[in-house]
This record gives sequence, C-alpha cells and structure tokens, in this order.
Amino acid sequence: MPDYEILRLTWWAILGILLIGIAVMDGFDLGIAILLPLISRTDIERRVVINTVGPVWEGNQVWLVLGAGAIFAAWPPLYAVAFSGFYLAMLLLLGALILRPVGFTFRGKLENPRWRAVWDAALFLGGLVPAFVFGVTFGNVLQGVPFRFDWTLRMTYTGTLLGLFNPFALLCGLVSVAMITMHGASYLACKTEGTVQARAERAGARAGLALLVLFLLAGMWASRLDGYVLGAFAGVAAPSNPLTQHVTRAAGALMANYGAHAWMMLAPGLALASTLATILLMRARRARGLAFIASALSAAGVIATAGASLFPFLLPSSLDPDASLTVWDASSSEATLLLMLVATLLLLPIVLAYTAFVYRVLRGPVTEARIVRDTHSSY
Amino acid sequence: MDVVTLSRLQFALTALYHFLFVPLTLGLSVLLAIMESLYVTTGRPIWRDMTKFWGVLFGINFAMGVATGITMEFQFGTNWAYYSHYVGDIFGAPLAIEGLMAFFLEATFVGLFFFGWDRLTKVQHLAVTCLLALGTNLSALWILIANAFMQHPVGAAFNLATMRMEVTDFAAVIFNPVAQVKFIHTVAAGYVTGAMFVVSISAFYLLRGRYRGLALRSLTIAASFGLAAALSVVVLGDESGYTAGAVQKMKIAAIEAMWKTAPAPAPFTLFGVPDFRARKTLDAVKIPWALGLIATRSIDRPVPGIEELVATNRVRIVSGMLAYGAMQTLRTQPKDPNAAATFAAHVSDLGYALLLRRYTADVAHAPPALIDRAAWDTVPAVAPLFWSFRIMVGIGFYLIALFAALFVVASRRRLEQTRWLLRTALLSLPLPWIAIEFGWYVAEGGRQPWTIDGVLPTFLSVSSVSATDVMASLVFFVIAYSALAAVDVFLMVRTIRGGPAYALGLPDAVFAGMPVPPAIDGMRSSHDA
Repeated sequence: MPDYEILRLTWWAILGILLIGIAVMDGFDLGIAILLPLISRTDIERRVVINTVGPVWEGNQVWLVLGAGAIFAAWPPLYAVAFSGFYLAMLLLLGALILRPVGFTFRGKLENPRWRAVWDAALFLGGLVPAFVFGVTFGNVLQGVPFRFDWTLRMTYTGTLLGLFNPFALLCGLVSVAMITMHGASYLACKTEGTVQARAERAGARAGLALLVLFLLAGMWASRLDGYVLGAFAGVAAPSNPLTQHVTRAAGALMANYGAHAWMMLAPGLALASTLATILLMRARRARGLAFIASALSAAGVIATAGASLFPFLLPSSLDPDASLTVWDASSSEATLLLMLVATLLLLPIVLAYTAFVYRVLRGPVTEARIVRDTHSSY
Repeated sequence: MDVVTLSRLQFALTALYHFLFVPLTLGLSVLLAIMESLYVTTGRPIWRDMTKFWGVLFGINFAMGVATGITMEFQFGTNWAYYSHYVGDIFGAPLAIEGLMAFFLEATFVGLFFFGWDRLTKVQHLAVTCLLALGTNLSALWILIANAFMQHPVGAAFNLATMRMEVTDFAAVIFNPVAQVKFIHTVAAGYVTGAMFVVSISAFYLLRGRYRGLALRSLTIAASFGLAAALSVVVLGDESGYTAGAVQKMKIAAIEAMWKTAPAPAPFTLFGVPDFRARKTLDAVKIPWALGLIATRSIDRPVPGIEELVATNRVRIVSGMLAYGAMQTLRTQPKDPNAAATFAAHVSDLGYALLLRRYTADVAHAPPALIDRAAWDTVPAVAPLFWSFRIMVGIGFYLIALFAALFVVASRRRLEQTRWLLRTALLSLPLPWIAIEFGWYVAEGGRQPWTIDGVLPTFLSVSSVSATDVMASLVFFVIAYSALAAVDVFLMVRTIRGGPAYALGLPDAVFAGMPVPPAIDGMRSSHDA
C-alpha cells in the first residue's frame, strides 16, 4: 500500500498528465477553431475543417471536465482557491466554452450564410479564449496570487481582474495560444488534403516558430521573477493544512529546481526539441503523423516545464507566502487519494481503449467530396 | 443583494437551466436505443430513419446539456469555495468518477452515433447507441451519489487538523440510501420527459395526417415506455418520501406544512394554506393515515412536526456550541485533555453551532435569543415547498393517466380516430418539465438552510468574492442561456415542422405510411390495411 507521500507525488504526476491530456486532446480542436477563419475561406472549406473534429471534440472536452473534477477530488484547496480567485477569468472561460457545443451543432442546421458566419465567430472565440485563459492562469500561478486563510481555512482573495492580465501572464497566454494553434494545425494536416492541408501546414510552422520564441522569452523572464522557497513545514505525510509552514520569496527561485535536479531540464528541453521538430516536419510537408506526435510532446514539455519550475508548490500566495498551496498541504486525505488512484487506474485504460476505437473507425481524411455526399449528417 | 443570495440564485438558475435539457437526454437516449434495436431485429429501414430523426432532435438538446453542464462543475469552485474546501475530500470523488466512468463514455460515443452510420455494422452502431444511453444514465447515478451526500451525509467525519470533513467509509457514501431512490426517481422522470416529447410531436404529426408511418410507431413505443416510467417515478417518489421520513424529517414536515407532531397514523394534507408567522396551516383538507404510511410504513409511529424538530435542533445547537468552544481552546492549547474530550463528545453537532455564525462571531457564548433564531432557521420555506410538492405529484398522477389512455388506444389501433386524446397529448408537452423543475426545488429547497444537511450551512459555503462579480456572472448566465435556449427552441420547432424528410434529406414518402408488420401492435392505421 503506497504511503501518503507517494500518493501525493503520484497525484501531482496525474495532475500533470491530465493537464497534458487537456492540451493534447482538447488542444487540437481548440486550435482548429482558432485556425478556422485563417485557413478556410469558402463554406465547404469551413465544413471540412469543422468536420475533422466534429465527431470527436465532445469526447476530447471531457479531458477538461475530468481535469477540473480531479482537482476537486484530489486537491480540494487548490480547486477552491484557484476557481474562486480567478472568478472573472473563469467566467470568461465558461462563456467561451458554452459557445462550442452549440457552435458545432447549430451551425449546419441552416443554410443562411449570416447564420453560419455567427457560429463561425462563436467557434473561433470558443477556441481562442480558452487557449489564452489557460496560459494566463499558468502565468499567474507561476508568479503567485494574492490570497490568505483565516483559522477556519476560509480563503480571502485580494486580486483584481486587471491584476490577472499582467504582462508576464499575457506572455504566457500567447505561449499557450501559439502552442494550441500549432497543435491544431498538426492535426488538421493529418485529416485534410489539398489547399486546406497546405494552409494548415504553413500556419502550423508559423505558430511553432512563435511558440519557440515566446517560450524562450517567457523562460528568460521567469528566471528574473520572484519565486517561492518552502522552509520549515509539517512534513510530507502531515494532514493537509496550509497554516503549518513557512515560505519565503526569493528572486530566481523558479529556476532553483533545475540547479538542484539537473534531470528536470528534460522538460524545457523536450518542449524546445519537439517544437523544432514540428516546425521542420510541417515545413517539409512530410510525416504528418510524426509531426502531430512531436506537437503533442511539445505541449507535454511546456506544461511539465511549468510544473517542474513550481514544485513543490501548486499555487503560491503572493499576499501571505505562508498560505501557499503545496503538494504537501493541499491534497485530499490519504483514503480519498488512494480510492481515486484505484478508480483512475481501473477506468482510464478503458477510456483510452474506446477512444482509440473511435479514432480508428473515423480514420482517413475529411474531403470536400465526402462533405457534399453526407451533407445532412455532417456539421 | 448579498453574495449568499446572489450565489444561491445563480446556482438555482443554472441548475434549473441544465435540468431542462438533461432529462430529455436521459429519456431520448433510451428511446433511441429501443428504436434502433427494432431496426436491427426487424431489418426495416423505417426504424433506422426514425432513430436518425429523433437523433437530430436529441443532438440539438444534447449540445445545450453540455453547454449548461460545464458551468455546474466549475461553479462549486467559483462560487462555493468554502463548501469545496469543507467537503471536497468526499464530494469531489463522485464528480471525478462521473467524468471517468460516464461522461467520457457518453461524449465519446455521441460523435460516433451521428457520424458512424456508414462506418459501422448495424450491430456495432446499435452498441454505440446503447453505450451512449448507458453513459448518460451512469452520469446521473454519480451526480446523484454526490447530491445524496448533501442530503444525508454519511461515511465522513470532521478532522480538526485539516478543518474539513474527510471520508471514513466510501462504501457508505456510494451506497447512500438517498442516492439509490433518488437515482431511479430522477432517471425515470427523465424517461417520462423523453416519452412525452416523442408522444407530443408524434401526436402533432398525426393530427395533421403527416408522416403517419413514423408517428404511429413512435407514439406507440413512447406511450408504453412513458407509462412504465411514470409508474416508477411515483413508486420511487413514494420510496423517496419514506427515505426522507427516516433521514430528512424536517423536509417532510415542511412539505406537509405540519407544524405540530401528528399522532400516529399521521394524515396527509391534500390542500391547505400554510402560514409561517402563525405557524399554522389553514383550511387543510386531510387524508387520514396517508402520511404515516408514506413516511414511516406503519400505522403506529408518529411523524414529527416542525415545532418538535426545531426543539430537537435547538438542543443540537447548544451541544455544537460546546464543540465550537473546545475547538477554539484546542487552537491555542492543542494538548488540553478536557477540551479534546468535549470536542470529541459534541463534534457531531458542530454544524448546528455554525448556524450561529450568521448572527455572532462569538459562537460559543451566544445568548438564548440567538440560539432560538438559529433553531428556527433550520425550517425551510414552508409554503413554496408545500405547493411545489403538490404541483409535482399532481402532474405525476396526471401523466400516468395520460400515458395509460394513450397505451390503451394505441393497443386498439385507434390513435388517429381519437383526436381529442392526440390534442391532449400535444398540449401536455410542457408538463414533465414543470414537474421536474418543481421536483428539483422540493429536493434542494427542502434541504435549506444547509448545503450539507446538519454539517455546513449554506451561508457559510460561499466564496470570498464580491457581490458585483457574482451579479455580473448571474446576469451573463441569464442572458447567454436564455439566448441559447431561444435558438435551441427555434431549431427544434424548425426541425419538427420541416419533418423527418427535411431533417434527413430523404423523400417524404419514406415516412408516409408504408406497410407495417402486424406483429407490432398499434403501429398500423386502418388506412394501411
């Protein structure tokens, strides 16, 4: 039976895997929505683009739903502080996410071009805004956000909406948009032919280049930011209570883990190498499946970089550093972590198996001819 | 308005919106599976085309269910942060398992349902439809397991070191008796909604003499399914009353507007005018024995009234104050043995003491007047519950009668000749939704003033956000959901008016009135013979 420390570390890793799952699975259909107005001009081209993800986007979005649910179950204080602290950003995110199911389903129901233009815009915003808000959220988490607890662990948050959209967070937002756009393009290149495919590959290579530059820029900026250092605390297997520790701020602390554990450099290394590989493959217009995998690894590298820079912090507090949420003070009880681990190990392989089945059934490119033929059953 | 009121309003409105679409998804998914099973067993294409047509309407509705559902999952964190901290250790697990076990299944196969017709064999596609229906129903199961913890918190205990409730027995959480009855009651209500939807639209076609082949078959199937479902809703609703009689006595007393304990066997008040200030129910028409039978399954046990329950709760508040005082002592002197003993003895009433936080910060020394007020706070809004419950139950019985009549007439193959019944069926379309929304209010309004019954008061559960922010999100959700609901209804009406031929791009004749196998009763009109 794993002990509390191991369970907490495992759940930290699962949190990372779920975030990567969101970026890889939900990421490509968000990215395709961002690309929709850029690479498809006629209605039939738009329908080709939309139908590459039409049958699968709903399943992909469950990664996001599961991510939120898993944070609630495994890291309740993180769920409580982050979701209520980022209140208006979450509202923005929800507003955009609401547009997606209706955009996909309602668009094709009428022939009217203005009707379709409205839902095209809805789908575009439904892709762009979540991608941007995810990045902005990470940008804020890296810098710490202003909250404190009273003795009953009731949280007070003193930040503002404008404070959320600070320059470093905006840069992280752009990193996220570039990453998700590149990923969407790499999927589109696999699922289309001809003009749309060529445009997707051009857009994907450009987004990849932007990602490379923005990621390096964010890394350089982050190395100068104040980070957080965990001092004395109750212990790796102590009850979860963020009022039992001492945390200090220190310049450059976000880089400390890389000095102490050189292997953690694998994360940014993976991000840079895979982004470069994606760019080269998309420019060469070859090995599209490989380009998609490289792009997915790039997303994994970017997210792992954020996690490695923060560890053991989940959400530092800039207002009262001692109240920071860490892997050791913000988890569920040992019993809940164990039960959820068992549930995940039992159920996630089944999910992956039937998801693979669905993608196999739907394999092959989406063509204009097919859309015309199945005009009533396509989006 | 304050943050608590605004947050409650927002949760209620978003839940009620979500609950307009979910029951139809539940019911239609099962009806689609039934229709497609008939296609696979008979091999007649009309059943496939019927599955596709009702599937188009299912898809429009499903999109709204997803759009309104994601808000619900985020809302616990955004608006109910202290609740999330306080019970996340227990409440988060069923929500996460719902995602893993149910929503993944539902959302992954819904795409293949629409896009898989010519990529899968008949049997494979039927399996996809069945998995879609299974995912939808499992989803309801886990959500209601989570909800049951709010109604009847079992398998958890307060942990002083983490200042929250933590799980002690997961099996008890999952096999909560409230979850069992609520699941079947809610899912069956969804089946009734799906059946009513299909019945009403089919009746509309028959009244106009259109798509008779599709409408007669659909109506017959939906009427039988609806009758079975409506009967289970009422039976399980009664079972729900019995469970609540055992674990949520205040909810039963409020629904009955029963101020004084009734001697056994308690009567059921059919109608009356509850008056909260006078603490009386005027002009009551009563059915002897009925409530005693529903709530206690006996004729010799009394059903406690509001005043008696308030007195019991007052005792629990006083006991909880001791726990609260001991908790404060233990903060500064963690080793104090007396405080530890007092805390252990009274911690199960800690939630009742928290009711005092509304009136004073010094909970441990609250004066008797405040304790009285807090005790009376444990009574939910009596008159709205009393009436909501009666509307829900009235509609439930009416729908049993309607489905039974349709079932009999359909079996005698006289649907098209019984036009008054078709008209009644068409006009009854909104009733399941009305019953369901009132049912939600009875279940959740009747839980007040608690988010977790007896453990955490609603007013303490909110986030530390500003009233302005919550007002902004509330206004946003009302506008966005109303606009999308309007588009949803517009598309539904357009698809229904256009008919199956328009929706699927097939010639009208396919649905008009082709020969029907006589084995399937009631689907052949006299004109076909």
